[in-house]
Amino acid sequence: MTLTLRPKHAFKVPVEADCVTPDAFAGKTADEIGAMKVWEGNRQRNLNELFHIEGESGAKPEEVSMQIVGDVHKVRRIGVGMSAGEIVVMEDAGLHLGEEMRGGRIVVAGNADSWTGSMMRGGVIEVKGDAGDYVGASYRGSTKGMRGGVIIIHGNAGNELGCFMRKGLIKVGGSAGQFVGMHMRDGTILVQGGCEGRAGAEMTGGKIVVCGTVPSVLPTFTIDSVKAKVKIDGEEVAGPFYLFVGDQTEDGDGKLYVAQAPNQHLKFYEAYL
Amino acid sequence: MAQLLIKNGFVYDPLNRIDGEKMDILVRDGKIVDKLDGKRKRVIDASGMIVMPGGVDIHSHIAGPKVNSGRILRPEDHFRDVEVKTAKTRSGVGRSIPSTFTTGYRYARMGYTTVMDPAMPPLKARHTHEELNDTPIIDKASYPLLGDCWYVLEALRRGSVEECAAYVAWTMKATRGYVIKLVNPGGLEAWGFGRNVRNIDDPVPNFEITPREIVQGLCRVNQLLHMPHTIHVHTNNLGKPGNYATTLETMKCVENMANGDKPVIHVTHCQFSAFKGDDWRTFESGAEEIAKYVNSHSHVTTDMGQIVFTDTTTMTADGPFQYILYQLSGNKWVNSDVEAETSTGIVPFTYKRSSFVHATQWSIGLELALLIKDPWKIYLTTDHPNAGPFIYYPRIMSWLMSRRAREKLMKRMNRRARHKSLLPTLDREYTFYELAIATRAGQAKALGLKQKGHLGLGADADITIYSIDPASVDPSKKYRLIRRAFKNAAYTIKDGQIVVKNGEIVKSVNGKTFWVDVETSASLMEIEPRLKKEFEDYYTVQYENYIVPEHHLAVSAPVSVKAEV
Repeated sequence: MTLTLRPKHAFKVPVEADCVTPDAFAGKTADEIGAMKVWEGNRQRNLNELFHIEGESGAKPEEVSMQIVGDVHKVRRIGVGMSAGEIVVMEDAGLHLGEEMRGGRIVVAGNADSWTGSMMRGGVIEVKGDAGDYVGASYRGSTKGMRGGVIIIHGNAGNELGCFMRKGLIKVGGSAGQFVGMHMRDGTILVQGGCEGRAGAEMTGGKIVVCGTVPSVLPTFTIDSVKAKVKIDGEEVAGPFYLFVGDQTEDGDGKLYVAQAPNQHLKFYEAYL
Repeated sequence: MAQLLIKNGFVYDPLNRIDGEKMDILVRDGKIVDKLDGKRKRVIDASGMIVMPGGVDIHSHIAGPKVNSGRILRPEDHFRDVEVKTAKTRSGVGRSIPSTFTTGYRYARMGYTTVMDPAMPPLKARHTHEELNDTPIIDKASYPLLGDCWYVLEALRRGSVEECAAYVAWTMKATRGYVIKLVNPGGLEAWGFGRNVRNIDDPVPNFEITPREIVQGLCRVNQLLHMPHTIHVHTNNLGKPGNYATTLETMKCVENMANGDKPVIHVTHCQFSAFKGDDWRTFESGAEEIAKYVNSHSHVTTDMGQIVFTDTTTMTADGPFQYILYQLSGNKWVNSDVEAETSTGIVPFTYKRSSFVHATQWSIGLELALLIKDPWKIYLTTDHPNAGPFIYYPRIMSWLMSRRAREKLMKRMNRRARHKSLLPTLDREYTFYELAIATRAGQAKALGLKQKGHLGLGADADITIYSIDPASVDPSKKYRLIRRAFKNAAYTIKDGQIVVKNGEIVKSVNGKTFWVDVETSASLMEIEPRLKKEFEDYYTVQYENYIVPEHHLAVSAPVSVKAEV
């Protein structure tokens, strides 16, 4: 049983669609779902004014599988707080995708915008394209970032990836922006490509692995050793890696692994081993 | 002429000794009257409902630069609690530091119609009043912080109470203030130099004056000026284990200044000042000692400052205390010094049931409210937002009214705190009459607001109707119904106009801003040249710009008093 949502027109202003979740759709007919309220800019609308809704929903959230066909990069808060079920977005998704998600699965075939999986507690988000800033981060001002679950970005991620992360796993296939794992307390971040500066700033725990180039490592990290490989989620990533420990300004015990081969400019650290 | 008839409600009006009598309340032109003329009137059938005067909150930080800094500091406090605009109301955000409009609406929904902002740095009066102007429906006033003002300290050091009185009278007018507020007297001034005072006889650095002298001096000034309320004191050592002794000393130091049965000091958010023990490990409740003293003396009133287990934002003018709180919590923080007047601090804080200290604090607030026998002496507050946001008042009412509600929560809190708590031994449960005292009548009386807190002839028609039947509902058992009824008033009537119906705002009106207009002898006001010199020496603003003109208040309501001097 699959439910399909197709935008009726190209959205010019942001749409706040926090009802588009398996939890809200479970046990409802297509008509009942169509009567749910969303905001388009400052106007409240029924969901069926914005989307063609076809197919059937399931009785329970875990039985709901929905497909969003068409460009929804202006549609915010898809899958907010969902506990089970599946959402497949065929093109680009908007801000706050899967925020505070507790379970289930979201797949985005295109790109995802900023705040994807922020404050997430469980479940899986997979983005085939790129993602914006604050992936798996906390809300502004809060210290409660991602607390469980998995986020997989096949493309590149933006700045402040996993800010205030407390648990869970983030994998980025491409490269990441500045401040990867800022304020991180626990959990794991793997960046297959490189990242911009200041990785792990003010981290107090957890693990960040960068396989590509980093411009530099913060001076508040101390070199610990060189490791041949790193284990992430049961899988081995081949190194060798420099292991840095920090952030000392926060009396932190976070581990920052930086690949040795693409980072010859960090060779001077070996003198301190 | 707008006329209103409220029929057949169970009326609780403690100031007129009406305890649940079934009677009609008549309103004309925003005042309570004894008869209506003509037939044109609106009738509200309140049968099976409670009718009370509109709620009065003596201590709630709702406006000012500190509150606004708190709003800026905490986006995470707002984003889950958004109010969408309606045809009658404006949009806003809520939780522990709601935006101004939301503050007004939420108080009105709970049936509160008068709320006092208790900490206004005189220098920031303009900002405070601008925010109060944007706080709809409720009547309000603000208390200028005077316990650490250089001019006050210097005048008192010189022993010149009259000069101090002149300055206070001038400040009330200049800042449109209502009450003399003291926060950690002397300590905030010391904090400007990175220090604090340890007890009420510890001299303030650079001023050679002790907190005791400041409290006594301003208490005398309060009497000389015939202020409507007493001095409003946030004690020294607030929030530190063992501070109950300082609190008792503070109460005692003005004991012999009492004039008959009239109170001379209000010790605010008393829960934070009733800690016993040497450190956080040996921390325990000092409520029994405080209650014993308050029960045997008539010169003190207090309010609870009751803890609610939730995430909130602490904000006081007590900069050194807020710095300690930052060190304890490790949270983000704001701390600042307001020129020659006061200081301030803000720290987000979460009170947890599982914490021994927090659970004990929760217990202290309720112990005070239950052990102090006379409900005219202790009022319901949370020191919003310090011990919890004001939206939790209905929950506190249920704790006061139902032993069962207290015990249910106690089962889920820290075990050590539970075993040490006095609450299991306290059977007392507030009646609706006592609740009406603690939430409106007592507070209005303490504030000297003669038009508020009662439903006698000539009183302001601020009336709340709660949809709960005291004849059939036992609050001790049905405490959930109490919470529901007091959370959303069936009707809130402000100055004779229906503003809330079934928990929804149906009309938004402008509330008044009270301030005290003290009439003193002309010779007393000869301090002006000296004041101007003071401004040139110490202030970043000019004397002329400091004064808030009366037209700056949306609805100005001066309370005139004639001073002895």
